[in-house]
Amino acid sequence: MSAPPPAPPPDATAATVPPPSLTIPRAPRAARLKDLAFKGGMLACLGIALITLAAVLVQVFSKGFGQLDLNFITDLGSSLPDKAGIGSALVGTLWVIAVCIAFIVPVGVASAVYLEEYADRNRWYNRFIEVNIQNLAAVPSIVYGILGLAFLVRGPLSLGHVVLAAGLTLALLVLPVVVIAGREAIRAVPPSIREGSMALGATKWQTIWKQVLPASVPGFATGVILAVSRAIGEAAPLIVVGGAVYLSFYPSGLGSDFTVLPLQIFNWISQPQEEFKDLAAAGMIVLLAILLLLNAVAIWLRNKYEKNW
Amino acid sequence: MFGKVIDPERVERERATPEIHTAVRGGREGAGARPKFAGEAVFELSNVTVSYDGVPAVADVSFDVYRNHITALIGPSGCGKSTLIRCLNRMNDLIPTASVEGTVLYHGQDLYGRQVDPVEVRKRIGMVFQKPNPFPKSIFDNVAFGPRVLGIKDDLHARVERALRRAALWDEVKDRLGASAYGVSGGQQQRLCIARCLAVDPDVILMDEPCSALDPISTGKIEDLMRELKQDYSIVIVTHNMQQAARMSDRTAFLMVELDAGEKHRTGRVVEYDETEKIFTNPSDRRTEDYVTGKVG
Amino acid sequence: MEAGTRAPGEAAPGTPVLGAARRRWGEEAIRLSLFAAAVVSVLTTLGIVASLLNETIKFFQDVGVGAFITDGDWKPLFSDPQFGIWPLINGTLLVTAIAILVAIPVGLGSAIYLSEYASPRMRRVIKPVLEVLVGVPTVVLGFFALTFVTPTIVHDFLGLDVQVFNALSAGLVMGIMIVPTIASVAEDAMSAVPGSLREGAFGLGSSKFQTSTRVVFPAALSGIVAAMVLGVSRGIGETMIALIAAGQIPNTGLNPTQPFETITTFIGATAKGDNPAGTTGYYAIFACGMTLFVLTLIMNAISIRFVRKYRQAYE
Repeated sequence: MSAPPPAPPPDATAATVPPPSLTIPRAPRAARLKDLAFKGGMLACLGIALITLAAVLVQVFSKGFGQLDLNFITDLGSSLPDKAGIGSALVGTLWVIAVCIAFIVPVGVASAVYLEEYADRNRWYNRFIEVNIQNLAAVPSIVYGILGLAFLVRGPLSLGHVVLAAGLTLALLVLPVVVIAGREAIRAVPPSIREGSMALGATKWQTIWKQVLPASVPGFATGVILAVSRAIGEAAPLIVVGGAVYLSFYPSGLGSDFTVLPLQIFNWISQPQEEFKDLAAAGMIVLLAILLLLNAVAIWLRNKYEKNW
Repeated sequence: MFGKVIDPERVERERATPEIHTAVRGGREGAGARPKFAGEAVFELSNVTVSYDGVPAVADVSFDVYRNHITALIGPSGCGKSTLIRCLNRMNDLIPTASVEGTVLYHGQDLYGRQVDPVEVRKRIGMVFQKPNPFPKSIFDNVAFGPRVLGIKDDLHARVERALRRAALWDEVKDRLGASAYGVSGGQQQRLCIARCLAVDPDVILMDEPCSALDPISTGKIEDLMRELKQDYSIVIVTHNMQQAARMSDRTAFLMVELDAGEKHRTGRVVEYDETEKIFTNPSDRRTEDYVTGKVG
Repeated sequence: MEAGTRAPGEAAPGTPVLGAARRRWGEEAIRLSLFAAAVVSVLTTLGIVASLLNETIKFFQDVGVGAFITDGDWKPLFSDPQFGIWPLINGTLLVTAIAILVAIPVGLGSAIYLSEYASPRMRRVIKPVLEVLVGVPTVVLGFFALTFVTPTIVHDFLGLDVQVFNALSAGLVMGIMIVPTIASVAEDAMSAVPGSLREGAFGLGSSKFQTSTRVVFPAALSGIVAAMVLGVSRGIGETMIALIAAGQIPNTGLNPTQPFETITTFIGATAKGDNPAGTTGYYAIFACGMTLFVLTLIMNAISIRFVRKYRQAYE
């Protein structure tokens, strides 16, 4: 039996508030519309970015697809649009990127190992190195070109505008990517693994070389692929370092003049003839295809070797 | 059989003048004497204090660990048992803020002597950790890691098999030595870690709560294993499971936390160290009695 | 079970061999070489500073700081050269401003949508797509600006009378390029706002719109400011889009339908690796590079300061 509701206190004011209705009304129309409009607005913003990306890809493909054929891939640079191809640029890219990788892998791995395993964070010079790497990531890429010009092309090393200078310039540009990715990979190795190794009598370096580094290889590999993806698309620093407008031969060695894919594309865009713009678009398709492949490899690597500690 | 360098004169001196290392504050009269037992001491700790950043975590520890015995360290959590056991193989060296005072003698040599190489120490004094930590390699490579890294040149396969047999794991994994160590159960992983430790033929095995992450069946298997192992090795085990200590060990040290007067720091000290049976049935110290009967901690 | 035998030749435990602490020279050598590798990054920075500083000083010796700032025009390679930096700064600021005007609403809007409205599945799909935008090389974006945005969007769609090279197209496309940067940092900041704050607002009866704008946004403000500063920094340092689409004619004023030259564009157009060293025009490249370096460093420092603020607030 339910109890009767309590009687209101005798001296309650006459104008009592009616008890809240048990039905919950819908929000007022204006508020609901505002909510919806806001959500729509935000979605539209997202849409602008995505649609633009789609437009870029459509534009590139529509203009360039017609030019894609085997000749295009193998032909050398030329001043005649009919004869021009990306062959020399592709080989140049291969050379330059090879130099870049040859530098960033040892230096990047060594730097990451030092910063994570050996550096005492209380020392000022170690903190300085850390901050420095983060700052370098924010420096515009063209400034690296100037650095290359002053130190590698001219100045102390005086290599001239050759493959080696280009590769080293790009290597300095993307080195922070490898170091940062590598540090994360090393950090992900649990301390218990290191402890287990040391407790067996291994030295610090043996532990790093035989336990920590093998376990962090996938992370490093992903970092290198990210770095290479970045380096492959860079044109500005290599303009300053002296990439050629077009190369009528395949670059042949470290001391050879060079051009790379994005540079060749840029040079074609700058030409007055319309046909060159189509060639440029075709070159972009090749470039994007390479980048897509690289990223697919990176994702595959990450999924295959993801360690569940 | 194993040539231990005993300094006969030193042994004489100790017998003549019983040293009183006060390991206990308060307690009853006569409980301050350093416990001395018959048998060959593997470790002799004297006034060992371990501090982090100057704050002592465990202080004034003095007792001996004997050959072919299982020595248990028990006590409530936070009393410094893990810190203490890590002194014995110089794992505390890996912690920059840690400092060790006092003397730890290993077969009569100062473990922390200036000439002593921590890597050599750990070859002879192995450790098994609380949470099994197999390497991300195959079972074979896990056990082979120690011998490979230490440059032990004899037949690796025979050595690995011997270690796995001694760890009572051989029959379960002999067909999948190439499989990942992460593919076996927790209890098997811990026995794998024990095999890994055994593969370098240590003298002492330190175990820091080896069963606390395992189920009761695996725990039982490892306890059986320990009883067999003690025939060839000396074992020191940290455990918060009193029944396990009572079942397994020959000697037990009971540690407790004390709040230093005036300071805010908690420091662990050894309250009592004795034959296990005595600790659990007739302890000398009131605090020991309270702990083993479950009144505190 | 066999007793613990040892292989012949192996030291028995307890023997004094414990002592041989040969001071592992190998370990020290390894440590030093690793340190050397880490120092490479420091050398890079020093190299950047040194290369810029040296030639910039020579530039100012030739030209003088006063002329750099006050000269009316930037014509360093002409026979009657002028070295006023203002037109380049004008160009850089104009293009970057247009870019930011696009990037902030689009970037923040995307961030708000992803952080407050999107389902986890949607987020998992869309975020990688935004990352693709980051990966598109800037030559491609510059091409897009020149061949699509200028004729189709600006000329046809918006009906503006615009030159082939103009700041507007470059700015618009640069804005889209910056969007992922702003979106990811802002979304980071908003995700860092604890759910308890949102729940508190919902519990009081506020709508998602009100919660987003009055609770989450202000709470994440320092991170959002960091995102914007980072975006500006990227815009200032970007070369190819402006080089392709904005032209190489130094200009002043605010009319975006005209071509403009930016600091980066000048460097890219002039430094082709074979400028005769020692000419003032050569040094002008470095003076510009120095300006760029200092500007972006300052922006980066400001942005890090703001990031630290919002990270600390919730830790």
